[in-house]
Amino acid sequence: MRNLVAVIPSVVCASHVARRIADSVREAVYIDNQFGCSQLKPDLKITFRTLAGVGRNPNIASVLIVSLGCEELPAEKLADEIARSGKSVELIVIQEVGGSLHALEKGVRILRRLAEEASRVRRESFDLSAMVLGVECGGSDATSGIAANPVTGYVADKVVDMGGAVILSETPEMIGAEELLIKRARSPEVAEKLVRAIRKWIELAHSVGVDLLGTQPTRGNIEGGITTIEEKSLGAIIKGGSRTIQDVLEYAEEVQGRGLFVMDTPGNDVISLAGMAAGGVQLTIFTTGRGTPVGNPVMPVIKVTGNPYTYEKMSDDIDFDASSVITNGRSVEEVGEELLQLVLEVASGKPTRAELGDYTEFVIHKILPSL
Amino acid sequence: MQHTKRALLLNPRDNVAVALTKLEPGDMVEVRGGVEKLVIRARDEIPFGHKIAIRDIPRCGYVVKYGYPIGRAKRDIRVGEHVHLHNLESLSTIRSVCGGG
Repeated sequence: MRNLVAVIPSVVCASHVARRIADSVREAVYIDNQFGCSQLKPDLKITFRTLAGVGRNPNIASVLIVSLGCEELPAEKLADEIARSGKSVELIVIQEVGGSLHALEKGVRILRRLAEEASRVRRESFDLSAMVLGVECGGSDATSGIAANPVTGYVADKVVDMGGAVILSETPEMIGAEELLIKRARSPEVAEKLVRAIRKWIELAHSVGVDLLGTQPTRGNIEGGITTIEEKSLGAIIKGGSRTIQDVLEYAEEVQGRGLFVMDTPGNDVISLAGMAAGGVQLTIFTTGRGTPVGNPVMPVIKVTGNPYTYEKMSDDIDFDASSVITNGRSVEEVGEELLQLVLEVASGKPTRAELGDYTEFVIHKILPSL
Repeated sequence: MQHTKRALLLNPRDNVAVALTKLEPGDMVEVRGGVEKLVIRARDEIPFGHKIAIRDIPRCGYVVKYGYPIGRAKRDIRVGEHVHLHNLESLSTIRSVCGGG
């Protein structure tokens, strides 16, 4: 996988200083944070859980937290929460070190040391049982449900069968597929949790008098041939494979155990990826019909399309072409095996297109307005 | 007769198929994936990846894809028609033509 040194601002006010520190050391990645203060409790909890989870992600070797000093989010507690994974964590507080320039100098010195220490770690071999795979889709079109998602679902099943874990996210994109999904829930309690997580999005939209169809499916989905949210969902859940659903995780909740899990995230790709990275996902397969450059600061993101026209137009952003399922009538298993090989190569260090481009979008979920 | 084009049926219960190439009105379309061989005539221009009705669907009848309802017909849909926003509504819309949410 990866062995990165992360710079995390505990509050938006420290974010540009944190970004400059990260930019000064080649091996470092910057985790964006727009929040950390003036948030209502439920949102502050989500921000904390997301940052702590990302800091603990297996692809991270060590962490530098940059705090302003007066924010609501407890930066020291964040450091402790990350350190319990055994990683080295450093904290600098801008108001204590004498302002942004002092913080910058101090931060860069700490980060250079962390990068040097991280470089001593040697790659070791693991089998698929050690993998936590995320599956994501974005910019879906009608080919997603026929080619890219079935091929990804094949890989997801393989990972589960080998003893690994898989996270399927984006609960609004499960509306209309509840019946199919609850049949696969491990217990009635898990089924109920799943239905609650899915239906709340409809209630949320209706409570503000909005039709979910205003945003789901998206304009791009519709141009791609998807008419309704039910159609989008039935095509989308195929990427999670066909195994038993062990549990429903909250946004950014750490995955415990093996098998297939659902994480309750919004359908927004960047927010969903951030939640999965915080949950411990090491690598994500991202299917797309329309094409997208999106990546993530801590997880390699493998882009897969089933649309031959999109692959031709956007091959700089897409790692794997699954369209031969449609154009040449090749089997899902055959193409799925090829994707599995790519997953193993990427896990062993091969960079994805998003990594080569250094695309590291990161947006944290929130439910309530800022105060 | 024009060159035969293709559409894919994803589940035997479905009443719509997915166009595997762009379809023009009058095109003869071979629907693959079903139990029996089926050839229908496209009535509309249908872009790649979009849905074509393979059976008549009455107003407010279920439109079925992947073996499950993806919504209801907003008006009568005839075999060979393009099925999209103009004649299909979600089951979760609050502006329903068919009512009942």
